Amino acid sequence: MSQSAVEVPPKGGFSFDLCKRNDMLIQKGLKAPSFLKTGTTIVGLIFKDGVILGADTRATEGPIVADKNCEKIHYMAPNIYCCGAGTAADTEAVTDMVSSQLRLHRYQTGRDSRVITALTLLKKHLFSYQGQVSAALVLGGVDITGPHLHTIYPHGSTDTLPFATMGSGSLAAMSVFEAKYKEGLTREEGVKLVAEAICSGIFNDLGSGSNVDICVITKEGKEYLRNYMEPNPRTYVSSKGYSFTKKTEVLLTKITPLMERVQITEVGEDMEE
Amino acid sequence: MSIFEYNGSAVVAMVGKNCFAIASDRRLGVQLQTIATDFKRISKIHDRVFIGLSGLATDVQTLYQRLVFRHKLYQLREERDMKPETFASLVSAILYEKRFGPYLCQPVIAGLGDDDKPFICTMDSIGAKELAKDFVVSGTASESLYGACEAMYKPDMEAEELFETISQALLSSVDRDCLSGWGGHVYVVTPTEVKERILKGRMD
Repeated sequence: MSQSAVEVPPKGGFSFDLCKRNDMLIQKGLKAPSFLKTGTTIVGLIFKDGVILGADTRATEGPIVADKNCEKIHYMAPNIYCCGAGTAADTEAVTDMVSSQLRLHRYQTGRDSRVITALTLLKKHLFSYQGQVSAALVLGGVDITGPHLHTIYPHGSTDTLPFATMGSGSLAAMSVFEAKYKEGLTREEGVKLVAEAICSGIFNDLGSGSNVDICVITKEGKEYLRNYMEPNPRTYVSSKGYSFTKKTEVLLTKITPLMERVQITEVGEDMEE
Repeated sequence: MSIFEYNGSAVVAMVGKNCFAIASDRRLGVQLQTIATDFKRISKIHDRVFIGLSGLATDVQTLYQRLVFRHKLYQLREERDMKPETFASLVSAILYEKRFGPYLCQPVIAGLGDDDKPFICTMDSIGAKELAKDFVVSGTASESLYGACEAMYKPDMEAEELFETISQALLSSVDRDCLSGWGGHVYVVTPTEVKERILKGRMD
């Protein structure tokens, strides 16, 4: 049977065909690449009417800040959101994948998704990869059975809690929660407490920084407060900017005009029925 | 030595007013020896979307060929070009598929979307998308590039000013990196034309 000369797009899932080559390069002494991590402080808490999730917005690549304003609160379903810490590609891919599975499930059952469904799908996937998919998640949402908040660890274990923190800034944020959390918080008190916990992570943990994102989910719906607080504005911006007196030397210039985008208007009669 | 430092590279993209610029260095090396001074790191996917790939040169070329193939299939099926946001999702999916044995390159994608709105994004080697409103950088000179772009960038620059800014940022950053340099290759794309320029830089 001959191999197809054309590479057909694969059906999905991971492909391991470059592993042997990469191992050979590592054995020759080249270090493996470092991935984009979200150092992170992510938190969640249950208040009187639902769930509040919070996250910082810094993405790091080693010691360098790669993204000063990334989004760590991912959409799973209209009533379920998930914060992700760990390797950025893993958190994005795993939340996207489970979000698609939940939507297909909603079409099949005709009902709103439940938080426990998302939890089970995530933990099964993460456990089957034995922690190699490095995603630590705080999952929260409100479904027909009420508000729920869970944490999921990269190896697949889960916890169900009234308040939770994950990521490198989790200890800083947890100290705020342990001191000030009580049951039956109102929306304003809850948002204030979450913002305080994230700020504690931003200022005390080097892996977290920039702004505070908050998502409030209740029975009525969700409110995604992107950049709810910006406690780190740029302190000084020069109004003059840079002016380059010595221009760059250009060796060769090639100008390619782009074709005008043509607007097609349908002329003629419609087909007869 | 890291795998990304085997060939050396520097790629940067910046957003302007209804235009974008993407620039790269031109050196191809094998560790500390230079073997080519005209290596093409930025490639056109279609008239309004460009991709610059930094990292291991063999993966740069292979990944580019795979992406062009997928885009041609898309053009045949949909009878139109891919939007830059869609293309970025495609690249992210192709890279994440190889999560445990990745392509050793970091793409920088730049394009003009609907209503001529510029779009830029970069990814790490396993497809973690990083969208930015101002500039994105990649390659061995990335730390210098972060600093230079942060200082020199202004929002809403016109095409000529954008060209000057991105060129100065690129040349000053690669001057501080042994593994990249030997000139620069800059594409400035506006809704009406694509201007490709080769810069004269330090040849060391």
